[in-house]
Amino acid sequence: MSFVEIISLSLAAILVENFIFVKFLGICPFIGVSKKTDTAIGMGLAVIFVMTVASAATYLVNQYILIKFDLNYMQTVAFILIIAALVQFVEMFLMKMIPSLYQALGIYLPLITTNCAVLGVALLNVTKELNFIGSVINGCMSGVGFAIAIILFSTIRERLVFADYPKAFEGFPIALVSASLLSLAFMGFQGLTVFK
Amino acid sequence: MKKFLKQLIDGLFTNNPVLVQLIGMCPTLATSTSLKNAIGMGLSAAAVLICSNVVISVLRKIIPSKVRIACYIVIIAGFVTIVDLLMQAYLPDLSVSLGMYIPLIVVNCIILARAEAFASKNSVVASLFDGIAMGLGFTFALCLLSIFRELIGNGTIYGIQVFGDSYEPITVIVQTPGGFLCLGILIAAFQVILKKIKRRQRS
Repeated sequence: MSFVEIISLSLAAILVENFIFVKFLGICPFIGVSKKTDTAIGMGLAVIFVMTVASAATYLVNQYILIKFDLNYMQTVAFILIIAALVQFVEMFLMKMIPSLYQALGIYLPLITTNCAVLGVALLNVTKELNFIGSVINGCMSGVGFAIAIILFSTIRERLVFADYPKAFEGFPIALVSASLLSLAFMGFQGLTVFK
Repeated sequence: MKKFLKQLIDGLFTNNPVLVQLIGMCPTLATSTSLKNAIGMGLSAAAVLICSNVVISVLRKIIPSKVRIACYIVIIAGFVTIVDLLMQAYLPDLSVSLGMYIPLIVVNCIILARAEAFASKNSVVASLFDGIAMGLGFTFALCLLSIFRELIGNGTIYGIQVFGDSYEPITVIVQTPGGFLCLGILIAAFQVILKKIKRRQRS
């Protein structure tokens, strides 16, 4: 893949097709974890890591097992099993090898298994028909987009406490309305392409 | 029968998965752009929920506790694949317009949450009715949101033009920002109405 293509893919994954503000994937942890900035940073890093490794693993399985043996209908089951096993494996590995990182990530690692974003990026790699490097870059950059979105949003949410909104909107609804404004801002990136 | 009616009202209103329990947002926001998509998505998710609830309830005494989440995911993924293939065969336009959100029903928080909280602890019949109630509640929330979004953002309901030609549709409502905004307003309004009903019932 040429350098321009890589930049183009990265920009698309982070800005133009941002997983939260454009594609609606990964909303549950987005609203749930973004109350404080430190937790948001932790979750963002964990998601980047899992999405990158999951993209690589699902690409390999899809290419060398599912397509080879004509088992395309097993895609959903195979992908979700890979992701669940991967997260479990990564958790065990971190617990033994890098316990400080394991402590820092905390409970967010198992929470990522049922995250729409991870399965979503795996399925998107298949739909877009990217090769191995493309899939890994798409996974990594989509994770970066997710992390940017969640960290940005957490900074806004920390200041929402001092805002003066109707009492009915307490909690979730005002977070959703703020997310809509951020999403409106991200709409400005549509049509952004790298000149070839 | 009375218990089922209570469960139905629970799933539709007092414990609605999207509007009260606040789970299962991703497909809600993405597929509520038109009433047709909403009904298709809601009923597919409901079908998967009902089937997986029943199977998990049948197997609840056999599945070991340590691997239960993985087992639930495999069962749910199996049913999602069946629904996906059936949809591709018999409803191809709907399958194309819903896109990858049908396979994403696997990670729909609602199905896993009901499996963990209800189906793994209750009888088969109760789980069946719980699946129906929660599935209908999910579809109800989706339809409410999509009627609002399609009407204002497109001027149509289920593809039928409602407002006249002079209505300039507010397209941002059917796009991403509109989804967040409408869902936020809908949740706030729903919870206010629920609180008022509860207060009136208490007095």
